[in-house]
Amino acid sequence: MVLDTNKDLAEPKGIWSWITTVDHKRIGLMYGVTALVAFFVAGLEALLIRLQLTTANGTVLSADAYNQLFTMHGLTMLLVVVMPVGAAFMNYFIPLHIGARDVAFPRANAFSYWLFLFSTIMLLSSFVLGGAPDGGWFGYAPLSTQLDEFVRMDYYAIGAQLLGIASIMASANFIATVFTMRAPGMTLMRIPVFTWMAVVVSFLLIFSLPIFGVGLFQMFFDRNFGTQFFGGGGDPLLWQHLFWLFGHPEVYVLILPAMGIVSEVFPTFSRKPLFGYPFVVFSGIAIGFMGFGVWAHHMYTAGLGPVAEAGFGVATMMIAVPTGVKIFNWIGTMWGGKVSFELPMMFAIGFVSLFVIGGLSGVLHSVVPSDYQQHDSYFVVAHFHYVLFGGGVFGYVAGAYYWYPKWTGRFLDQKLGQWHFWLMLIGFNLTFAPMHILGLNGMARRTYRYPEGLGWEFWNQVATFGSFLIGISFLFFAWNLIKSRKNGRIAGSDPWDGRTLEWSIPSPPPVHNFDEIPVVEHVDDFWHRKYATDEDGRAVRMPEVSGGTLAADTTTGGDGEENQGSSDDMHMPSPSYYPVVAAFGVMVTGYGLIYIPGGWVAAGVGLVITLWGFFGWSLEPVTRDADHE
Amino acid sequence: MKHAHNQHESAPSRRPRLIGLVGLLALLVAGCSGSGPQTALNPEGPIGRTIDELWELVFILATIVFVIVQIALFYTIVRYRARKGDDSEPVQVHGNTRVEIAWTIIPVFILAAIAFPTVRGIFEVRAIPEGEDVLQVQVTGHQWWWEFEYVDLTDETGRTLVTANELYIPADTEVNLTMTSADVIHSFWVPVLAGKRDVVPNRVSNLTLIADNPTPPDAPHPGQCAEYCGLAHADMRFKVHVRSQADFDSWVDDQLTPAELPTEGAAAAGYETFANLCVTCHNSTVSGPDGIEDIGPVRTIEVDGVTFTSSLGPNLTHFGGRATFGSGTFENNREHLAQWLANPADLKPNLWELNDTEAGRILGMPNFNLSDDDINNLIALLEGWD
Repeated sequence: MVLDTNKDLAEPKGIWSWITTVDHKRIGLMYGVTALVAFFVAGLEALLIRLQLTTANGTVLSADAYNQLFTMHGLTMLLVVVMPVGAAFMNYFIPLHIGARDVAFPRANAFSYWLFLFSTIMLLSSFVLGGAPDGGWFGYAPLSTQLDEFVRMDYYAIGAQLLGIASIMASANFIATVFTMRAPGMTLMRIPVFTWMAVVVSFLLIFSLPIFGVGLFQMFFDRNFGTQFFGGGGDPLLWQHLFWLFGHPEVYVLILPAMGIVSEVFPTFSRKPLFGYPFVVFSGIAIGFMGFGVWAHHMYTAGLGPVAEAGFGVATMMIAVPTGVKIFNWIGTMWGGKVSFELPMMFAIGFVSLFVIGGLSGVLHSVVPSDYQQHDSYFVVAHFHYVLFGGGVFGYVAGAYYWYPKWTGRFLDQKLGQWHFWLMLIGFNLTFAPMHILGLNGMARRTYRYPEGLGWEFWNQVATFGSFLIGISFLFFAWNLIKSRKNGRIAGSDPWDGRTLEWSIPSPPPVHNFDEIPVVEHVDDFWHRKYATDEDGRAVRMPEVSGGTLAADTTTGGDGEENQGSSDDMHMPSPSYYPVVAAFGVMVTGYGLIYIPGGWVAAGVGLVITLWGFFGWSLEPVTRDADHE
Repeated sequence: MKHAHNQHESAPSRRPRLIGLVGLLALLVAGCSGSGPQTALNPEGPIGRTIDELWELVFILATIVFVIVQIALFYTIVRYRARKGDDSEPVQVHGNTRVEIAWTIIPVFILAAIAFPTVRGIFEVRAIPEGEDVLQVQVTGHQWWWEFEYVDLTDETGRTLVTANELYIPADTEVNLTMTSADVIHSFWVPVLAGKRDVVPNRVSNLTLIADNPTPPDAPHPGQCAEYCGLAHADMRFKVHVRSQADFDSWVDDQLTPAELPTEGAAAAGYETFANLCVTCHNSTVSGPDGIEDIGPVRTIEVDGVTFTSSLGPNLTHFGGRATFGSGTFENNREHLAQWLANPADLKPNLWELNDTEAGRILGMPNFNLSDDDINNLIALLEGWD
């Protein structure tokens, strides 16, 4: 039964409708746009850094400006760009992948987004309000607790804390959604790999962020209330343990969603199922578990003692195993398939090729004595950019090209996309490959200038040139995103002959996602509704059913799960402005804490606003017509 | 990536493979041979060599894996590319447990092969040398300079040899650095001799240095603080001069000789300024009419039962003899010194406004608004203290 007469289901319009929205798709898009804007800010910071390092004794930036820029570049790229881009995809596609109409807690979802946005604004505002954080994204104590005359690292302590809270709430939401809202028949071993990776990431965040949170509170107390957790008589290494116990799982938080995305892209453009679905899923879970046991490989030079270093070294080597499994399984997916070089596929292949380099240089770091040289040198900078940019960003961009037709109903432009890909690929390698050589030749990270005579000028110039190519490539991307929204080629609901449920519904999807909740029988259920296999195992197209939007076969029962497809529960959650109010209050509290003791008043006012938001939120009806029930 | 796509457009040719091979060789060469005086790839001592040999082994293994995976990837996408006019559908393979177990197990063996030399290497590199022949040096990291104390080298009055930013060691001798920090975390790194070791407040760390050969006077091994330590982290550099045992011994004798107290001329006027102003932070050991005298504050910190000298500023007794100043960052000449004394922050960023001498918190040398005469006199004094 199609419920197009229900007023609740019409797409609302106007800015107010976006501010009060609780629709997971809109929230996902807002995450994505915010992260993209932040990406350009952090990218600009990177270009300034590169300009400064083009020549020996560069004078483009002062030491002070440089230190703020590299700190904010890292902090922004990790916490405000890559993580939220992952959240953008998760928000949009988890419900679509599992056949749900929204996430489990739609208003908490909105709150997560607004808190993320406000914390981002707060962090970036530090540039004009007394200076941005300048202690590195890793905020090592006691440097980070040393200069309590400045508010810079208070912005770090509070800003990262609030981003963390937003992230924990979002993660809890995703876990609840996947565990409780799957369509009938959508068993855990049938959910798309991307959504599996989202679950792993959500658990990683829920377990790791509180550790970071504790560390940030301690830092804040050391700075403002005279405690000595890290400085004074305290132990500076305590911070490092707390930080990396979060910071290393964080690396997997950044990369696993991208791995999930390419695990969707490879089967689609090879016209074959993912090779070894269980292996890919379990290797992702294994990476998640092992990710908690390798944090001290960031601390090999800190003086932990040879036994600890040996243990963490071997553990770090072993984490390469599940990572390698994924790479081989992706190649296995393409093997014997029909590989078409559409834009998402090009970026996904780029992902694998570049990620291999980052993965292998990671293994080089696990060789502890060798890491004594590479640690905190440009070799490490090269390594993690191959992982997080060559891997992460290429994967997320693949996702953008893959799913843009679903978001907008139109393709991204092919020609602009080709420019984007090749410029980004060439620019990326020109920027970061030379950093391996610079690091091995002794160039330390986080240095605002270097003297002549060390032989570093040439490769630094190559890197700077490359970084501008990356910058230009993303101008093509941005223009493409804007232009194609109105002028792109019409894509239809299933432009790639897709495999998962999101392709079974119109593009862009209606507010309620599914007219009827599908009943799932296979991994890649939508593909199986379109294709059977012949006796050789080759795919055979089945007769077309009603123009791509296939009605679910409701006569086949699911795996005993409640059929959510009945019309009775077609109440979409109502819009609410309380999440914005509550998140705004939290931001005001945050600003207040940064400027204590003068800020106590603001902190109090913020708290009142937050409480008002939460009260209003708990007292308002969930759906517009809930009072009729 | 690039090459495979060219192949995808045209018929496969040999050229891309050739380019790939050349590129790979270039990579191998770059990975195994360093350039510049601060490279980790041309070690000048046995510890650096142990690390470098391990690096080369693992780098070659990694390169082999890299080549295999990239070939597998590009072979796959070229061979199984969708061709025009071919509408057949692929066989829907869902996996192959045996193959998947194989490519899980094989990496385990490769990694195990790396693990053994790694663990051996850790214990080898981190062993703390013992015995009478070991030169003991205590290192204190400061924002943003290095202080060195040769605890076993004393003059007849029992004063130890203290210097800053330029470490002298004899060739072919085990040197044990015992390190701590006076403020935030630093990291001691001389890439041609050894890996880095963090210098952590409230903790003691050790690093062994062994250098093969003496360095030319004008080409000491450069070192760099490798842990971000705030504003002037980049300018927290230092030098390691390696000398033959005989040259080292005579350097030690020089260093243990007190500076002359100047009695006339510009240097004497400079000493006046020095004794009134500079000694707030800087020390010097001078021999004057009243005998040998330490001027300036002598400060120490005790960490884990080890007493470290921890001065507020570099000891200047033999400043004139140093090749560099500003923590190994500037050549020690009149022009630089004049600039420095006129306003240190012009040369090297600092935060002297936040200094608290009482609390021992020094974040750089202030601008004292010295007159040109003061500056010239001070330079005359310091040049004489070589």
